[in-house]
Amino acid sequence: MADTLWIGTRKGLFALRRAGGRWKLTGPQMLGHIIHHVVQDPRDPKRYVMAAKTGHLGPTVYSSSDRGKTWVESMKPPAFPKVTEPLPDGRKAKAVDVVFYVTPGHASQPGVWYAGTAPAGLFRSEDHGVSWSPVAGFNDHPMNPKWAMGIASPAGELLHSILVDPRDANHLYLSLSIGGTFESTDGGKDWAPINQGVMVQFGPETYPEWGQDPHCVTLHPKFPDRLYQQNHCGIYRLDRPGRNWTRIGDNMPKKIGDIGFPIVLHPENPDIAWVFPMDGTTVWPRTSVDGKPAVYRTANGGKTWQRQDAGFPRSQAWWTVLRQAMCRDNGKGPGLYFGTTAGEIWSSANGGARWRCLARHLPQVYSLTFAR
Amino acid sequence: MNRCKIRVASPLRSYTRNAADVTGRGRTLREVLKNLDDDYPGIRFRMIDEQDNIRPHIRLFVGADEALNLDAHVGYGATVHLICALSGG
Repeated sequence: MADTLWIGTRKGLFALRRAGGRWKLTGPQMLGHIIHHVVQDPRDPKRYVMAAKTGHLGPTVYSSSDRGKTWVESMKPPAFPKVTEPLPDGRKAKAVDVVFYVTPGHASQPGVWYAGTAPAGLFRSEDHGVSWSPVAGFNDHPMNPKWAMGIASPAGELLHSILVDPRDANHLYLSLSIGGTFESTDGGKDWAPINQGVMVQFGPETYPEWGQDPHCVTLHPKFPDRLYQQNHCGIYRLDRPGRNWTRIGDNMPKKIGDIGFPIVLHPENPDIAWVFPMDGTTVWPRTSVDGKPAVYRTANGGKTWQRQDAGFPRSQAWWTVLRQAMCRDNGKGPGLYFGTTAGEIWSSANGGARWRCLARHLPQVYSLTFAR
Repeated sequence: MNRCKIRVASPLRSYTRNAADVTGRGRTLREVLKNLDDDYPGIRFRMIDEQDNIRPHIRLFVGADEALNLDAHVGYGATVHLICALSGG
C-alpha cells in the first residue's frame, strides 16, 4: 500500500499519499471536525481509530476498516460512569470533554485499543474502537483525585502517551498533563507514579512524586526499557529497571533550551531521538525559538544534540509542532515528518539532514501519523 | 406518549439523515432525548454528557423557553429546539 501521512487538524482530516516519489494531498474528510489523533492498527493495517469532536458537539471516536476510506462512529464512545451521589470534597463528576489520544493494544490482543481523554481518563476497547469502557484501575484509583488534580493545561487535563510494552501486554505507562507519568504492571488494575528526577518549575515542590507535566512520552519499540520524554520542564531519558529520569535536555544549547512538545525515536537505534524545541521563556510564546525553526537530534542518548534546520525558513517563521504532530516511518533514513501550528507539513528523507515542505495552507495540525 | 416536533441544528443532522425536523416522543426533555437517541443512535451524547449535563455549546429550548436541565416538561405538540450555540472560530 502507498505510504500515507494522516493529518488530523483543527478543521478536519487530510492525507498525503506518496505515489511515484511524489506526495499528493487528499481530503478533507470530516470537514469542520476537530481531529485529535488518527492511528493505524499495526496488527490489522486496514483498520484505524480516530479521536474527534466539533466546536459545538461532544467528543467521540470513529473507526475505519477500509484504510480510512469510510469512518463509522463508535456506538459507545469513552465516557465516565454516571455519578448519582455527591462526591467527597465537593468534587465534580467527570465528563469526557476531549478524546485526545488513541493507541492499539498489545500485538497479542487484536481488537484492543486504549484511549486517553480530557479530563484525564483511561478507556479501553476490545472491539476495534466500536465501544469503550473506563479502566477503573486508573480512573477510580484511590489516588486518582490527587494524581489528576484538575489543573488543566491550555488544551485540557490531557491523558496521553499510553504506552504498551511490546514484551508484556500487562506492562503499561500513561502520562497526564498535568499529573506526571504512571506505570502499571498488571494490565491497568493498579498504577504507580514514576517521575523521579523530573522537574516541576511551576509548583511549590521542585521534584514531587507526581504533578509533572509530560508533553510526550515514548518508549523504544525494539528496546522498551529505554524511555524518553519531552516535558514542560525539559527533555528526559529513563533506562529501566531504573526509576530516575535523567534530564538530557541540559545538554541542549542554552539559547535554545529544552522545552517543546514532541519527541520521536529512531526505529532501530535507541540512542537516536529528535525534538522540536519551542520558546518556553517568559510568557511561554510556544513558537519556534527566535522565529527560526529547527529540529534537534541526538545520536548518543542525549549527551549531545545537533541542530537540523536545512530547508527551513531562516527567520520570521513563528510556528511550532504539537505533541502528536511529529512522526517517522520505518525506513533507513528514517523519514521524518511533522505538521505545524501554521498548517504546514514538512518531511525529511534522511533523518533530518534536510527538510522540505510537502503541504501548506492547511488548518492547524494536531496530529500526524505515518501509515503504510 | 406525547409527540413533539424537534428542530435539529445543522451540526447534528448527520445523525438524522440531514432532516432538519424530526418527530419526538416524551413528556420531559429526558424522555424526548432518550427516544431521539433510540431513533438516531449517538446523537444524545454529542449534546448531553455522561453526567446528564447539557454540553457547553449546546442550548435546548422547549418552545421559546430555554431548558436548563433534562427535567423540563415537553407538552403535546411542543417544538423542541436543539441549538448549537456560537463557539468561536
